[in-house]
Amino acid sequence: MFNLERWQEIFETLSKNKLRTFLTGLSVASGIFILVILLGFSSGIENGVTSEFQQDATNEISVRTRRTTKGYKGLNPGRYIQLKDADFYNVNSNYDEFLEYRSASYSIWGGQVAYKNETGNYRVQGVMPDNQFIENADIGTGRYLNNSDLEEGKKVAVIGNKVKSDLFKGENPIGESISIFGINFKVVGVYFDPGGEREESGIFLPITTVQNAFNGGDDIRDMSFTVKMSENFDEAVALSQNLSLAIENDLKQKHIVAPDDTAAIRVNNTLEEAKKIYSLIDTIKAVFWFIGIGTIIAGVVGVGNIMIIIVKERTKEIGIRKALGAEPLSIIGMILQEAVFVTMLSGLIGLIAGLGLLELVGPQVDSAFIKHPQVNFNTAITTVFILVAAGALAGFLPAYRAAKIKPIVALRDE
Amino acid sequence: MIQIKDLHKSYHMGSNSLHVLKGINFDVKEGELVSIMGSSGSGKSTLLNILGMLDEADTGQYILDNVPIKNLNEKIAARYRNEFLGFIFQSFNLINYKSAADNVALPLYYKGIPRKERTEKAEHYLEKVGLKEWSHHLPSELSGGQKQRVAIARALASEPKVLLADEPTGALDTKTSYEVMELIQGINDEGKTILVVTHEEDIAHMTKRIVNLKDGIIIDDSRVEQVRADQHV
Repeated sequence: MFNLERWQEIFETLSKNKLRTFLTGLSVASGIFILVILLGFSSGIENGVTSEFQQDATNEISVRTRRTTKGYKGLNPGRYIQLKDADFYNVNSNYDEFLEYRSASYSIWGGQVAYKNETGNYRVQGVMPDNQFIENADIGTGRYLNNSDLEEGKKVAVIGNKVKSDLFKGENPIGESISIFGINFKVVGVYFDPGGEREESGIFLPITTVQNAFNGGDDIRDMSFTVKMSENFDEAVALSQNLSLAIENDLKQKHIVAPDDTAAIRVNNTLEEAKKIYSLIDTIKAVFWFIGIGTIIAGVVGVGNIMIIIVKERTKEIGIRKALGAEPLSIIGMILQEAVFVTMLSGLIGLIAGLGLLELVGPQVDSAFIKHPQVNFNTAITTVFILVAAGALAGFLPAYRAAKIKPIVALRDE
Repeated sequence: MIQIKDLHKSYHMGSNSLHVLKGINFDVKEGELVSIMGSSGSGKSTLLNILGMLDEADTGQYILDNVPIKNLNEKIAARYRNEFLGFIFQSFNLINYKSAADNVALPLYYKGIPRKERTEKAEHYLEKVGLKEWSHHLPSELSGGQKQRVAIARALASEPKVLLADEPTGALDTKTSYEVMELIQGINDEGKTILVVTHEEDIAHMTKRIVNLKDGIIIDDSRVEQVRADQHV
């Protein structure tokens, strides 16, 4: 392997048989190249689909209430179930260890919002600071709500990007006052949401402020939580389901709602939905791997095929070499070393070309369903080695057979 | 140099067996130039292949330079070929992607001689066969006679005990054949032992001894007056 003379002989052979070398290399390089691109786009699709469903946190549990539809324990149907601050704090303290973010909200319907002469109708919600993470919102300028806003009931507002562009027409809204039902709030931040314009046409205020200003008392409209994610996704889904059930039962008991009254208190967990999406992503991944492995197999077969042809083409040369004193082992060694060298080099070229293309084009690809295609370098280099090893194995058999041919037979070969 | 006693060789093809060599006895001394003649099917090529260790006899004794040649495995056969023998073929058998010099240097590569020395020796032997200026040419750029001379240089390069030539002039016209024979005679004059298989009378008479084979046995083995090839050229 480290015999310099052997290497010189091999380089000479390769450089004097450029077409053969080139074709062998091309088949390997293109195989690896295609594989890298495939894996890249599979990860791109994964990223794209994931981000499509990330307008809200995927591990959200939300609680909403309506009127009861069934009589229970002597109470008539049609009774409105009103959630209170206490309900939120109960859930919070009972299931603290399982929860990541938590926020109660109090919405105002048909929120008339005005800035100077501009007016508009937006979703106005009193929320808690954690709401940012439950909504998956990003802060563009300024800040989100914080705990001191909440505790002191400050009259501050975080507005969506759409609200900003509607009302402020390019002016900087931070520090300006907007009026909601005639009450002035100071804008402290502008948020973006992966969900786009619809999600960005809302205004968030501290819930305490809203309860005070709009006679809410300790009423809340709904509450949202996110479940702590564990390493194992299935465990997280199970936890999320159990938690939803437990919260639902607690609330139904406290508010005296029939256990089978599904309308009165509704607890949704999005993780179950997310599970479907993730299994879709897994399927896509599996399909790409299947194609990838198919490509590798095709590559290996191709390399093996080329090896057989090369050995066949060189039968006479092998006979000559043997007549001149080449030992069988040196024939096998020569053919294998040459094969491994060519497949390895061209495999790496294909790998670099593939990675290069992804690196170049990847950042510019940002369609709805493909985002940041990229490849795990280790995966790629492993496939190169698999291809090389398999190619060598495929080349060994014809090389071995060639070394076994009697020189007299090989010399007769035309 | 070569001692052969009662050599037998059969080929089996299915249920048929073909007895090709039926007891060959002959000796070759150092410095001889021997031609082996016979019609096709007489067994002359088989005899040469056995002498060249490209094939093995069924029974009989073959001693080359005091080394008994028997029970060879591929590895030892390869080493003996490299050490003892130089081959000259009818169809030249040059490696077509290697230059003349590289072809000549190839047996030296298998001898384990370093590159620099190989190149020097190859140049030396190419000069000897009169192809010094052609050393960087590929076989496809050479005429038939030039190719055969490269092959002779290659056979000489490993400094073998015996040169084996299988119809060395079979693919050449008369004039070129005589040129090649002139070269072979010159090498023999320097003391090299050479065996030539041929079916051409004129070529055979340019050697010093003619062995006639028919149906697997030697029917005639006689010394002849050598015709010098340069008289014809």
